[in-house]
Amino acid sequence: MGNDYVPPRVPTIDEVGATERAKRFSSRSLKKSSKVAGLKLIASMVDLTTLEGADTPGKVETLCQKARQPDLQAPDVPSVGAVCVYPPMVPIAKRCLEGSGIKIAAVATYFPSGQADLDHRLVEVRETVKAGADEIDMVINRGDFLSGRYGRVFDEVEAVKEACGSARLKVILETGELKTYDNVRLASQIAIDAGADFIKTSTGKVQPAATMPVTLVMLETIRDHYLKTGKMVGMKPAGGIRTAKLALRYLAMVKEVLGDAWLSNEWFRFGASSLLNDLLMQLAKERSGNYQSSRYFTLG
Amino acid sequence: MSKETTSRINVLKTYKLYIGGAFPRTESGRYDRQTNAKGDLVANICRASRKDFRNAMVAARKAQRGWAARSAFNRSQILYRMAEMLESRSATFERALEDAAGYKKKDAAAEVATAIDRLVWYAGWCDKFTQLFGNTNPVASAHFNFTFPEAMGVVTVLAPKSAPLLGLISTFAPVIVGGNSTIVVVDNDAPTIAIELAEVLATSDLPGGVVNILTGRRDELTPHIGSHMDLDAIFAVGSDKDEERALSIAATESIKRTKFIDDRSASEWRDADAQSPYMILPFIEFKTAWHPIGGVAGGGGAY
Amino acid sequence: MAPGPRPLRCTSKDTPVTAKKTTKSKKTTKPPGSDTPHALLYGDLWDYAPAPESTGHTRFEKKYGHFIGGEFVAGKDHFKSINPATEEPIAEFASADAAMVDKAVKAARKAHKVWGKMRGSERAKYLFRIARMIQERSRELAVLESMDGGKPIRESRDVDIPLVAAHFFHYAGWADKLEYAFPGARVSSVGVAGQIIPWNFPLLMAAWKIAPALATGNTVVLKPAETTPLTAMKLAEIIAEAGLPPGVVNIVNGAGKTGAAIVDHPDIDKIAFTGSTDVGKIIQRAIAGTGKRLTLELGGKGANIIFADAAIDQAVEGIINGIFFNQGHVCCAGSRLLVQESVHDEVVAKLKLRIESLIVGDPLDKNTDIGAINSKEQLGRIKALVDAGASEGATMHQSSCALPDRGYFFRPTFFTGVSQSHRIAQEEIFGPVLSVLTFRTPDEAVAKANNTPYGLSAGVWTDKGSRLFEMAGALRAGVIWGNTFNKFDPTSPFGGYKESGFGREGGRQGLLPYLEVR
Repeated sequence: MGNDYVPPRVPTIDEVGATERAKRFSSRSLKKSSKVAGLKLIASMVDLTTLEGADTPGKVETLCQKARQPDLQAPDVPSVGAVCVYPPMVPIAKRCLEGSGIKIAAVATYFPSGQADLDHRLVEVRETVKAGADEIDMVINRGDFLSGRYGRVFDEVEAVKEACGSARLKVILETGELKTYDNVRLASQIAIDAGADFIKTSTGKVQPAATMPVTLVMLETIRDHYLKTGKMVGMKPAGGIRTAKLALRYLAMVKEVLGDAWLSNEWFRFGASSLLNDLLMQLAKERSGNYQSSRYFTLG
Repeated sequence: MSKETTSRINVLKTYKLYIGGAFPRTESGRYDRQTNAKGDLVANICRASRKDFRNAMVAARKAQRGWAARSAFNRSQILYRMAEMLESRSATFERALEDAAGYKKKDAAAEVATAIDRLVWYAGWCDKFTQLFGNTNPVASAHFNFTFPEAMGVVTVLAPKSAPLLGLISTFAPVIVGGNSTIVVVDNDAPTIAIELAEVLATSDLPGGVVNILTGRRDELTPHIGSHMDLDAIFAVGSDKDEERALSIAATESIKRTKFIDDRSASEWRDADAQSPYMILPFIEFKTAWHPIGGVAGGGGAY
Repeated sequence: MAPGPRPLRCTSKDTPVTAKKTTKSKKTTKPPGSDTPHALLYGDLWDYAPAPESTGHTRFEKKYGHFIGGEFVAGKDHFKSINPATEEPIAEFASADAAMVDKAVKAARKAHKVWGKMRGSERAKYLFRIARMIQERSRELAVLESMDGGKPIRESRDVDIPLVAAHFFHYAGWADKLEYAFPGARVSSVGVAGQIIPWNFPLLMAAWKIAPALATGNTVVLKPAETTPLTAMKLAEIIAEAGLPPGVVNIVNGAGKTGAAIVDHPDIDKIAFTGSTDVGKIIQRAIAGTGKRLTLELGGKGANIIFADAAIDQAVEGIINGIFFNQGHVCCAGSRLLVQESVHDEVVAKLKLRIESLIVGDPLDKNTDIGAINSKEQLGRIKALVDAGASEGATMHQSSCALPDRGYFFRPTFFTGVSQSHRIAQEEIFGPVLSVLTFRTPDEAVAKANNTPYGLSAGVWTDKGSRLFEMAGALRAGVIWGNTFNKFDPTSPFGGYKESGFGREGGRQGLLPYLEVR
């Protein structure tokens, strides 16, 4: 199929226009009730993540505890959407999150480079799902994409999707390496066509990671695909979203581009680690009226 | 032999209008008598009517886009060609100025020489005035922004009464440099010279209709000029208060641009300050264009 | 101040909804490939709370006269300026009669003797000072501008007031560099300029008029529009505080009669007017034969041309910004949309969606996208033209949003099935109403775009560079926006072709109306 593959026709993107549009969401003023509701919604959308060479079972256990009950002082803060770990940590996470409803996401397919034979990558996916992952975060092979071998990218995503079985597939485009919004739009559409349940900006290992404009371009791809086919696809910006304020801007963007249906952790996630504590601090500030200090919030 | 020669009957020339590169008679059939200083008949000259103006307007409109679309270098060469053609016929014009307009020999020679030089001077401006008047604009957003002059369209020139050759050239040359076409209305004591000039223009590679010349009476034509809805601008030399007022009022119907300047004496038209790139300025429009410049200035990151 | 109405949500009732509202929805409701139309719901699952900009920090008088010879002077025949979002009066302003205008002109004439001779570098410093003081008081000015004119605070705060300061700053720098502006020419000031400005960008238009006039050594008598005089009076306050010599800037309040007194005053050397083409023609006629110089910035019916290869999502934003910026009260608005037939349905579908997410309501709410229509009269004109559009057979599409129950508001609206001869395709509506037409080839786009007596602005959206340049050359308009729309900058000359007026404001070319060039 690779040789016969005809890439989808996607609209061209004007960078300055897309950036301007994204900036508009930053000027939304979110205060009081909408701020509190937004922060809680965001908390429920967090894919609480640890993806380090130094990860240990202990680290993952702590993270899972944080995921279940982010703030001991504030039981009304919902648990996060998922915990995101490397494949070997899936069994530990599975044990810690039993009965919580929190999803286990694992970065498979030779994250973060994606530089391995497809067969090896598929084996890793199957093993990870078997170990208990609910969601697989895969990376596309950017080398294939940038060299114009779009058919290979499509085949790869399609094969991984099949290997996922019942697990949901998030496809990481690593937009920081695709560089242009035109590439982002095309890669998004290829991933969606090949069966992605979610599209995701970044591994977090490459700068820049998620930005508002790049997320906008991906949201618009999702929107147009939905309007054409009726199929909903989820979105996950990841990397670089560290503050509640910025996350609220993303939420406003989702609301205004995709509407209410996407305002749930079923369809929108934030890939982040330090964001959660900032959310908790802002919620505490709204409750108490005092500006907060990180010393009162547990590490994830 | 010589006796026979002197008694030969001269072939009198019929002077017609110059419209769309052709020399039609006035459709009105009316004429004015042009006499020389001694009172002898020089020619029966066409007295253009409103319909002649209308026809000239159609011809000028038709020619304008093509003229403006030519390369500046090409327009420049055509104006230079006009100078060449005038130079080759300078003796004719000197004699015409003496015979028809009562110029002294020295003054006639000076006017013709200056007229040629002025054409050469304006010829050179064709591919330069856009650089003089245009610019890029350093806007504060991620956009490339530039302003450049464009032709206004069709401009009617109410030519000076004095300097029947140089006055014409000094007023229509800056108009056509900018890519406009023009209808020159000539109401002076020696309008035959304007038609002689039309013959130069007709043989100078100048596309028909870019310059149209109507001889006639200004007071008769101005109401129709002022109110013609397809005309873009009026350049009037030597209007009195009443004419200026009447033209200005009529011009409001379609928000025409008007430019009024005082006439000069024939010798003053030869002065250096009778030519200026700023004579081009009233007959151009400034267009400003914007376009985004990638994300470099706006994004700050690799996007 | 009474608080303005709350912003209201655009909750669609008649749009088919397929996406479920709840966070629990698991499955998509339509299988892939289904040809059933799918819709998005812009509802209130998570909503923006009211975020009103506070008005507590603003100061203004209950009653204003005029600003003449450096002083606030009392006037008579006061009229009320209304907050269009609340229909409540803000303050009272006097109407200047011919005698009052004469007083202002005399003050300006006297001041010209000082100001016209002052070293450019000194004039520059005054203008820089004014620019800085505007920046310092920008929040107050933005709030007052929104209260008096109805424009959303997001625009007065992020667009109008920053541009006002930037305009003074830009022209300040010109004041001592005029001899470099036009090589080979000698330049000098014109004298006393009479300036009449409109209500759509009250303070910005004042800046566009005053800054270049002062930089070039002229003195001015300015009349703000009678529905939006408040920020001009605040500017007078700033000018007085900046220590500008008395009489350099005089501001007289009033309506058409006051404007006529300025136009007719024999000792004024130059008139600069921004407003409707009809009034522009009256002014041009009034000063005919007087030798007064004139610049006019008049109406428009800007074409916004979308080619099939355009960046569609950015083009849709450009269309929205082109027609709904400042409630469409913009002379260069992209009020005629020309869409290539092959993408017509796609663009219209996106527009329908997009207008549903626009927030209409209290101009002072920081989340408002579309504020109040400037006046009851203007609202009436908009409604009349929209009725004409409907009765001429065009199809109307309107946001389903609710409107506040008081104040002058109008829903974002567009018409499809519009032909070139419809009134809504020809006449300037000056409101949030867009007419959508189609074209097949570039030639047809140019022909339709130019088929108007106006020539102020045009937009072109295409990914093909050569076509963009071709179109930019062929369109008869003073401002061409390529792959963008409604952008303004003090360095960028602005003004029209044909019946959109003559003269430029902004940049080097913006000096010309205020200079004698020899």
